[in-house]
Formats: sequence, C-alpha cells, structure tokens
Amino acid sequence: MTLPTIWFLLLFVLLIGYAVLDGFDLGVGVLHWFVPRTDAERRLSINSIGPVWDGNEVWLLTGGGALFAAFPAVYAAIFSGFYLALVLLLVALIFRAVAMEFRSKVESPRWRRVWDSLFGIGSLLPGVLLGVAFGNVLRGLPLNADGDFTGSFLSLLNPFSVLVGVLTLVVFVMHGAIYLAMKTEGRMQARARKWIWPTWLLSVVIYIAVTVWATRLAPERFEGITDNPIFWVLGAALLAALIGVPYFACACKDALGKAIVCSGAVIACMIGLAATGLFPNLVPSTTGTINSLTIHNASSTTRTLTAMLVIALVGMPLVLIYTTVIYRAFKGKVTLTEESY
Amino acid sequence: MDVNALSRGQFALMIGFHFLFPPITIGLAWLLTIVEWKAWKTRDPELERLGRFFAKLLALTFAVGVATGIPMEFQFGMNWSRYSKVVGDIFGAPLAAEGVLAFFLESGFLGLYLFGRNKISKGWQVFAILMVAVGATLSAFWIIVANSWMQTPAGFAMANGRAELTSFFDAVFNPSTIQRYTHTVTAALVSGAFFMAGIGAYLLRKNPNDGLARKALQISIPFGLAFSILVAFPTGHEHARQVARTQPVKFAAIEGLYSTKTGAPLVMFALPFTKPPQLKAKIEVPGLLSWMAFGDVNAPVRGISEFPEDQRPPLWLTFVSFHNMVVLGMWFIAAMGWGLIQMWRGKLWTSRRFLLVLIWSIPLPLAACQLGWMTSEVGRQPWIVQGVLRTKDAFSTTLTAPEVIFSLALFTLVYVALGGLYVFLLVKKVKAQASGQSDYAPVAQAEDLSILVAR
Repeated sequence: MTLPTIWFLLLFVLLIGYAVLDGFDLGVGVLHWFVPRTDAERRLSINSIGPVWDGNEVWLLTGGGALFAAFPAVYAAIFSGFYLALVLLLVALIFRAVAMEFRSKVESPRWRRVWDSLFGIGSLLPGVLLGVAFGNVLRGLPLNADGDFTGSFLSLLNPFSVLVGVLTLVVFVMHGAIYLAMKTEGRMQARARKWIWPTWLLSVVIYIAVTVWATRLAPERFEGITDNPIFWVLGAALLAALIGVPYFACACKDALGKAIVCSGAVIACMIGLAATGLFPNLVPSTTGTINSLTIHNASSTTRTLTAMLVIALVGMPLVLIYTTVIYRAFKGKVTLTEESY
Repeated sequence: MDVNALSRGQFALMIGFHFLFPPITIGLAWLLTIVEWKAWKTRDPELERLGRFFAKLLALTFAVGVATGIPMEFQFGMNWSRYSKVVGDIFGAPLAAEGVLAFFLESGFLGLYLFGRNKISKGWQVFAILMVAVGATLSAFWIIVANSWMQTPAGFAMANGRAELTSFFDAVFNPSTIQRYTHTVTAALVSGAFFMAGIGAYLLRKNPNDGLARKALQISIPFGLAFSILVAFPTGHEHARQVARTQPVKFAAIEGLYSTKTGAPLVMFALPFTKPPQLKAKIEVPGLLSWMAFGDVNAPVRGISEFPEDQRPPLWLTFVSFHNMVVLGMWFIAAMGWGLIQMWRGKLWTSRRFLLVLIWSIPLPLAACQLGWMTSEVGRQPWIVQGVLRTKDAFSTTLTAPEVIFSLALFTLVYVALGGLYVFLLVKKVKAQASGQSDYAPVAQAEDLSILVAR
C-alpha cells in the first residue's frame, strides 16, 4: 500500500471517529429540544455528554489538520470553496460549546431557554452542513485547473446534497437517542427510546434513496465497485449493523450498549462505503477528470506523509487507550452532582 | 476593502480573541496541578476548596478557548487557500500533531478532571489535571512550531510551486522555535499566576480571613514572580537575540533603529514616526543594544534604511507594541516582587490598596501576550512566510469581498458577545464565592427531585 493510500484511509478513519463519537453528542443536542421536559432533565441531557463532547470534537480538529498536512490541495479547495457553509458551521460549534458551559451558570429560566435553543441549533447545523458538504464531494465539484472551486454557495444546496445532509442529521439523532436512553432512566429514558425506531426507519429509507440517486448522478463512483471485496465486506457489515440497532434497542432485549455499537457501525460503514466509491479521488471534478483532486495529484511529499505516519502511529494508540479509560470512568447512568453543568 | 485586507482583519480578530484564553488555561492548569497535588498530600480542606473553585474557572475559560480555537485551524484553508497550497507540505503537520499528541490529551483529561471528582481517586485527580497541563503545554509547542516556521522557515526546498519538506527535524526545530516557545509558555504561566492572584486578592478584600484566598496568593505569587523574571530573562532576552540574528529588519523595527550603527543604543522611551522614519523625545543607553544583541558594545546593528522599502514591516506598530510589552513585563516583576515582600512581612492579607492593584493587573499579562504577538506578526510583514511568500499572495482568490465582510461582521458580533458573557460569568462566579454561596443551584421543582433521587 502506498503512503497516499494509507493517508486516504487514515483520513477517513479520523472522519469516522469524529462522526461516530461527536455524532451521538450532536444527536443528543438535537433531542435536547424534544426529550427533556424539565430543567433537571435538560441538565441530565447536557451532562450525559458533558465529560466527553470536547474530546470527541478533537477528532474534527485532528481530521482537519491531517487533511491540511496530507492533502493540502484538497484542504485549500474544500475549505475556501465551502466558505459560507463553514462560517455557519463554526458559529454553530462556537455556540454549542459555550451553551453547555454557560447554561447552568445563571438561574433565570429565560437565560436557560436561550442557551437551550442555541445548544439545539448548534447541534443541528453541524450534522446537516457536514452532510451537505459530503454530498457535494460525492457528486463532484466544479474545479478549475488550479484546483479551485468555481461554483457558488447556492449551487452547494442542490437537492441531492441536501438529502445527504438530512440523512446525516437523522442518523446522528438515532445515534444520540440510543446514547441518551443508555445514560438516563425512567420517563426520560422512555421518551428518548421512542426516537430510535422512527429515526432508524427514516435512515434506511433515505439511505436507499441517496444510494439510488447517486448511481444516476455520479455513476463513476460505482464503476467496478462490485469487484471490490471491501465493498461487499462493508455492505454486509452495514446490513448487519442496521438490523442490530432495532434488535438490541427494543424493550425486550434492552441491550442499549450493543445497540449503540451497532449505530456507530452504521455510521462507520456508510462513510466507509462512500470512501470506497470515491477512491482514489478525494474531490472528483465535474469539469473533467483531469481537474479531480486525487491521492496522487493532491498529496504532500513522501517525507511529510512518513513523518505524519510516525506521529499517528505513536499518538493514536495512546489516544485510544486514554479515551477508553475516560469513557469507562463515566460508565453508567448520568447523575447531577456539584461538578455538573 | 479587498479580500486580502478583510481576511487579514478577520485573522487578526480571531487569533487576537482566541489568544486571550489559552494563556490563562495553560497557566491555571499548572497552578491547579500544584494545588491538587498539595491538597492530596496535606488533605487541607482549604486547598481542596481552592481546587474546586478554580477548576470551575478553568472550565469556563477552556470552553471559550475551544470554541474560538476550531475556527483558527479552518481559517487557513478558508481565507488563505494559496498559502495552504504553498506551505501545506510543512505547515499542516504541526497542526495535525497538535491534535494527535496534545489536544486529545488535554480535552480528554479535562473532562475526567472536571466531572470525575466523585468517581476517581485523589491520585487520579492529580494525574488528570497534570495531563491537562501537559496537554495544554504540548499544544502550545506545536502551534509555536507552525508559527515559528513562518518566521524563520527551515528544513524545506522550493519545488513544484510549493515548499517541500527536506528535514522534519529542521522544520520543527527551526532557528526560532525554542526561543519563541519558552518565551510564550512562560508568558502563559505569568498570565495564569496573575489570574489566580487577582481573584484571590478580590476574595481577600471581601474577607481578609478567607483561607482559600490566602492559599491562592501563597501559591500564585511566588509562582508568578519566578515566571515574571523568566519571561524577561533569559527567555525574552534570548528571543530578542534570535530575532537580531535571524530577522534583522524586524529587529531594527522593534528597536526603532533606522540607520545601521556600531555601538547601537537601546531606546528606553521614544515616540516613533513612520514618515520620515524617526524617533522623537527618546531616552537611550548608548551601546546597550549592540551589547544585548551580540554581546559586544561595538557590534554593528543593521538599521531599517539598509533594507529595501518593500521588505520593511510597519514601523510604528512594531515599535510601539514591543516597547509596551516590555514595560508591562517590568510591571509583572515589580508587582509580584512587592507581593512576595508583603507576604513575607505578614502584611499582604490587609494591604487593601495593593490587593486592588493585583485585581486590576489580571488583564495586563493578556495585554502583554497580545502585544508580543503583534510584535511578532506585524514585524514579519510584508511576508506571511519570511522570505518565501508575501502576505498579499496568500489569500483565497475564490472569495469575494461581500463574503468576507459577512463573515467578519458575524464573527465580530459573536466574539463581542462571547467576551462580554465570559467576563460576566467570571465576575458572577467570583462574587458568589466571595459571598460564600455555592453557585450550584439547579432550578429544582418538585417533579425534578424524583429524578435527582432516583439513581
């Protein structure tokens, strides 16, 4: 396997890490509008992700850094091309971060209502915007010979990409509902649980729609994909994980821990399958394949990719170890203490 | 206004605002490591309370720091795509390394530290805050590596229209990394010390017998004095010497030296004018600059006039920001030194006027950090990467001015609100502590209690 291929993989590993981990955070944030009914319940909802959301968001930051380092041309093209969308994403992430910290600091119900709303919007927008961005990359972007995006902001809001944005949101909400049910009890848990089944159904329906639509819009992504064993492995895993979600989440089984592993796997497989279709492109161009940004024409030098690989191989195992330790420390139902938000 | 000017304005706003918070976080994390360690060893309840109280302030500061930090990384691609393409082979790696090797550590363990008090042992508690401090300090390292490479690029060769890495080690440890890193981190420690000392001083003025506040001063003042000295000497001094060697035009602008001189004087005070370049009402010590920069009173120091006009940084801003930073640096030593003397004499707890001075000194190290950063960045102009890429050739050509006006206006509004809310909540928290109320006050209604009780 060549270095650019390894970095293509690692980049998607980071993206999957972000989507799986921050995915339930964002889902809990969207459900913050619907599931908790009282102030104490709202605090439970925020505190269920309190100790971990920040570490989860670092996956996005690291993914961005890795993209910059490994494929600078892609980083430059996407980030400048999606300018306004990213401005909105950043503002959403800013408000979401401070909403959790600020909300419980003042007792006034009005103050709390404002931050509850900002927490909800700040959790809704990132999923949708990242989904729309990903949808645009999948269908291809108008790139010129310099690798610069030549479309407009409104052209990014095409129906297909918006549907991918909706899919991302729905899957995150499903993931978040399982997490919230896992971390809470009683009436609140029951309310969170009610969200799992409908969001699961919607996820399946929209995913099928997106896939069928993609075969029409960007048939190049599917060329020879059936000859690729990775496609079959990921496809089978996606199917199994999709079945696993309602199977483990149903009241009779009540194995929410297993259900969340399944919903995490659903996210991972969906992104993995998309990556399989993209490879070796990172950003396909709609103005002729010559302008596409691929792992070959957009990557950094071998020396940089090697140095980065060393850093990743030293750092990521440590990250996984202490992330596991930290998650274990907060295992079980969330309770409110003096330390809570 | 063109996209270049607007993007520069936006970058200045975002880095300037963001850079208010990490220095406090870094300094406070190390101070809290000391507090928690001592609390663990002595089982002193005052120290335990001190830790709990400042942990909340750390959380508040960290939240705003994180919220404003993510936009920093995105900015390069969004507003500076040509820069990103030219330097990506080198500049991206430290940003990714910061995530992998530092930021995961910092934020992961901060969650454990803040929320784990009742779940983990005291020893783990100390370990968690230590990891936060280590993570924050490593984080600063990789960010300074990236920025130092823009100041004194090394370990690369220009090929295929971009800077290609030839030596990772040389790029990381470029000629200014160590000097700039040690100077910046000590400045952060000073910021944390003044933060803790100032808040302790406020609590003491409300209640001279407040044990928690006394501990805060007992820990932060010696700490603050040590690092106030270190930030000037050797770290500040060595950084200046490095600039003299590696960025002579920036050095000349910093020191207000307009024509090359042997036995160059050190300007202690002056009013600088850009056109024609001159200093008015100056007070200077002959030969001192030559001696400080090169260890010889007769060494020649190159003046600005030796450099072509299109390589000179803005003179006024570089000079003024540097000299005000130095003045503030002297103030830090004086304030912390006086504090230590008063503590020794047993008079600190009741020196109401000096305590007030400490309170109003809280923002000064942050101002010094801003001024230092401005010296560094403005003094590097007109280059974005010294000698490699000019700032005017770096912005994203795909952007239009209205887009950047929109984002600049939006971020300005958001940051003004954030800054206001941060100060409001900080003051509220400190006041609640002073009046002896815990601010833990859930809006508990009867129906909520069942949830709180039911485990």
